[in-house]
Amino acid sequence: MNRTAMNRSDPLVLGIETSCDETGIGIVRGTALLSNTIASSMDEHARYGGVVPEIAARAHLDELVPAINAAVAEAGIRLSDLDAIAVTSGPGLSGALMVGVGAAKALAVALDKPIYAVNHLVGHVGADLLHSRGDVSDSEPLEYPTIALLVSGGHTSLLLVRDLVSDVELLGETIDDAAGEAFDKVARLLSLPYPGGPQIDRVAASGNPKAIRFPRGLSKPKDMAAHRYDFSFSGLKTSVARFVEQRQDAGEPVPISDVAASFREAVVDILLTKALAACADYNVPRLLLGGGVIANARLRQVATERTDAAGVVLRIPPLSLCTDNGAMIAALGAQLIMAGHEPSTLEFGADSTLPVDQIQVSNAAQSLGAP
Amino acid sequence: MLLAIDTSAGTSVAVVDRGRGVIAERGEADTMRHAEIVGPFILDCLREAKIVPADLSGVVGGMGPGPFTGLRVGIAAARVFALGAGKRLVPVISHDAIAYGHYRRGHVGPLVVVTDARRREIYWSAYSQADAVGLPVRVGPPGLAKPADLDAPTWLHARWPRLDAATVSAGELGLVAELSHAHDRPFAANEPLYLRSPDVTLSNGPKRVSR
Ligand SMILES: [Zn+2]
Repeated sequence: MNRTAMNRSDPLVLGIETSCDETGIGIVRGTALLSNTIASSMDEHARYGGVVPEIAARAHLDELVPAINAAVAEAGIRLSDLDAIAVTSGPGLSGALMVGVGAAKALAVALDKPIYAVNHLVGHVGADLLHSRGDVSDSEPLEYPTIALLVSGGHTSLLLVRDLVSDVELLGETIDDAAGEAFDKVARLLSLPYPGGPQIDRVAASGNPKAIRFPRGLSKPKDMAAHRYDFSFSGLKTSVARFVEQRQDAGEPVPISDVAASFREAVVDILLTKALAACADYNVPRLLLGGGVIANARLRQVATERTDAAGVVLRIPPLSLCTDNGAMIAALGAQLIMAGHEPSTLEFGADSTLPVDQIQVSNAAQSLGAP
Repeated sequence: MLLAIDTSAGTSVAVVDRGRGVIAERGEADTMRHAEIVGPFILDCLREAKIVPADLSGVVGGMGPGPFTGLRVGIAAARVFALGAGKRLVPVISHDAIAYGHYRRGHVGPLVVVTDARRREIYWSAYSQADAVGLPVRVGPPGLAKPADLDAPTWLHARWPRLDAATVSAGELGLVAELSHAHDRPFAANEPLYLRSPDVTLSNGPKRVSR
């Protein structure tokens, strides 16, 4: 086929993201955001108190074509104008990822365009590079190296990003629940609806964050030796459950606002303590936040206070680019193209445990996760 | 010419034409590699047929029944390929392709097509015959059953000849679409035939952690 030379200076890229419960289709031109279309199946998961993988995967299949059509219309382009397709290869929910991978490959072949299979977590960092069409207020480029704290219902990871397209190192991650999951589980303990984050935020507003001293996971000296940058939230959740049960057993009312505020404070504290420790240890005065939990107002407030105090520059992409989305995947694809990286071959798969240092999946051999 | 994609069992992709039959076809019985191979198979078939997407008149998607994770990959690919190429999507029931192939190879009369649904269950469809143009006449819906259900003497299609299939040919799927189009037969609905609800359990609230 006669593929014309790709525009490598300002590539028009469509990104497909289906790693969890958001069907995200994004279109970017270089670092300019043209569309960030998201169809979420969150409401369908509400009655189960958490994301049900099969429900998420079915929703992706239903939403893909409408979302692509909506994104193309919003961006004011034709599919044939695209320079490349980018897609999340992992990490994420396997069955959900496969929908996006199958669709992206078909689109690439139908349009005769190159395809870039990319890492979801690195995509969260790439989101920071995007700016709205014509908006130059936030056009300062992301500086390297930077520490990135990515917090959502699916992941809680601390990264050292020396270069977005070539050098990303995992410093630590959760060893049990993701922070967003902890919010969901504690919300259920307090009989609050799903998703838990906004609910906890709401009731915590009138609570005392110092009322109850909940544990900070993996912060004791012996844990810090082995898990300096790792997170754990299951002990915190159990501690909240025990507190609630004691009050109930004693026939006393549960101080929901204080529990929510104290729990939230424990999560925010440990997240930022470890992130700022990484900034100090690696002498990196930059911290970038990403992931859906960044929507938490208290997390953003404490992050601002502590980074100010530590002389660390804080970057937070707009919230619509913090939650899972296709624009960040397109943005990372565009960065790879602009850096001269070759496209992925068509054989890559979905890898639910794709390591973060694998920024782009280039061929089948690299994409094989667990045997 | 049609591009046909089916991942209801293994992965199969073909380019077919009503006059020329199956022009190119790729198949893989492995049920764990749909996402990996569907792209290369599409590209291989287009190249072997020496066509570009613009030469197609439609894209055929096998709607199952099939185990969900794999089935979705092919339907996603077919729908999005059709969108990208600006062509019509033609949904076809995957079992119809199996039955069509069996009749074409000489089978006459009633037929029950059976495929693996995993978890000790099977998918089935029942056909009374092939009609005058060779299309299978489905008289029993794609259904989900325990293997023993089909052996019960009281079952509606008990003692009908049974064909257990491990693969679906996208070439035959495409030919079913060509014939259906040529003879004004209805296509299937553009909906995956999971025939099973998602696995979910409603929780009874948090468990106690203290005693
Ligand atoms: Zn994410």
